[in-house]
Amino acid sequence: MSATLQMIPARPAPPKAADRLTASRLLGYLWLAFWAVLGLGLLYLMVTGFDPEKFAKYGPRYLSGIGVTATLVSVSVVAGAVLSLPITFARMSKNPVLNAIAYTYVYIFRGTPLLAQLYLLYYGIGSFKPQLEAVGLWWFFREAWYCGFLSLTMNTAAYQAEILRGAILSVPRGQTEGAKSLGIPSRIAFRKIILPQALIVALRPYGNEIILMIKGSAVVAVVTVLDIMGETRYAFSRTFDYQTYLWAAIFYLLIVETLRHVWDWLERRLTRHLKR
Amino acid sequence: MDGVFSVLDPLLSGLGHMVDPLCGPVGVFSFFPPDSIVACGATGWGDEIAAGLKATLGLALATLPVGLTLGFFIALALQSSEPALRRAAGIYTTIFRGLPELLTLFIVYYGAQILIQSAFAAMGFDQRIEINSFFAGMIALSVVFSSYCSEVLLSAFRAIPKGQYEAGDALGLSRTNTMVLIIVPQLVRIALPGLMNLWMNLLKDTALVSVIGLAELLRQTGVAAKVSKQAFFFYLLACALYLVLALLSSFVLGFIERRVKRAEMGR
Repeated sequence: MSATLQMIPARPAPPKAADRLTASRLLGYLWLAFWAVLGLGLLYLMVTGFDPEKFAKYGPRYLSGIGVTATLVSVSVVAGAVLSLPITFARMSKNPVLNAIAYTYVYIFRGTPLLAQLYLLYYGIGSFKPQLEAVGLWWFFREAWYCGFLSLTMNTAAYQAEILRGAILSVPRGQTEGAKSLGIPSRIAFRKIILPQALIVALRPYGNEIILMIKGSAVVAVVTVLDIMGETRYAFSRTFDYQTYLWAAIFYLLIVETLRHVWDWLERRLTRHLKR
Repeated sequence: MDGVFSVLDPLLSGLGHMVDPLCGPVGVFSFFPPDSIVACGATGWGDEIAAGLKATLGLALATLPVGLTLGFFIALALQSSEPALRRAAGIYTTIFRGLPELLTLFIVYYGAQILIQSAFAAMGFDQRIEINSFFAGMIALSVVFSSYCSEVLLSAFRAIPKGQYEAGDALGLSRTNTMVLIIVPQLVRIALPGLMNLWMNLLKDTALVSVIGLAELLRQTGVAAKVSKQAFFFYLLACALYLVLALLSSFVLGFIERRVKRAEMGR
């Protein structure tokens, strides 16, 4: 029997691999450099092309455009959420007629472009002026803002209904059964047990939907609503200055990125009891 | 060669006319009386709308391969081990997923116009240049499509276990061969539902290109609505045609999905 009495002396660490310039690294640097050049170029364009007169004239208009976009999106998201509730329940009901109606609604609004829906409301329904005046609804369809609001609401209601339905279906059956075995009425079980769990699942899709709405709301500019996009088109048609679009891009990117980070924080905060 | 084309061309257009779903011999619009508003002729708007439908489909079909290819390479960049590459690709997706599609379209359309114009001015020509709205729309939609597509493909890449790459290495396949023979077939299967959604969105986003003047479906119906003063009917028709496109593509995509799923059955 033999035993090793002597330890093997520690070996030096393997030599560090040389920091080679691989193709992908080169591409990454080039691409980053491209972004940097693009960003600096746009900055240069904005600094050299800065015109205090235009700024004084269109600056406040941009701010009011941001206000219009913010109001339009928040009002329609809330109204869409309210409208999505009956659609969700109709879609989940066992009544085949209700189910078919809700399914058709969702399919139609998700299958056609928002712009076409907007045209149909604003120009299409708006062409029935005498009839609308007779019913007393002309004040609503006369205003582009109201039409934009209605089409955004109906569009987002279809998407939110699907989000909510998916979230409610994602709650395991055992939760309902558990509530039943405890003798909790189904109405209360839904409100206090199913819905809170479903809303946590729905949180991220809802955030995405709000971002999609902010981006989608830009189309209302086409029917003369002066939101960010509308003010941009107005300013561009007056000045033919390409900067107007860059400002709009900056505003939209800022809004969307801020919202995304706020939503990430919100989700982390609300799901901290699920973290292990 | 020219002779062959001169024979083929009328033949092909004749064939196209035979199967035209709107204005062909068995087209929808041909069932309406010839003096109706959607008839296919000088009096009705049927042929204009049919042309618009073709432009919409053509734009979407031309955007798809460009967007998919771009998106694939951006997904590769997003999961690369190189931080610089990841960062650069991240900036790309952040910008184009954050901007409204309409704004991207305007930026590409007017930006390209100004760029080309200033390039010409630098060379000594001074003239107004208008770029093709189909081309501008295709670029803008491809860029938007690719940034969403990269996200879908990235999550699909993450769903493929590392062992698949190692197996490729063990078999002595090159990087490219591993990708093409092993990874991509599985990637397609995993990413297909996401890509189908993107296709539906693309189909709807083509409507935005009408704003910069491409004579696609919504633009053509809009012109018809303005001239004929029957806005409700024509916009309803536009919505119905978009719905038909969505229905048709969900049939085709369902077929593709079943076809792709066949490989999974054995497991």
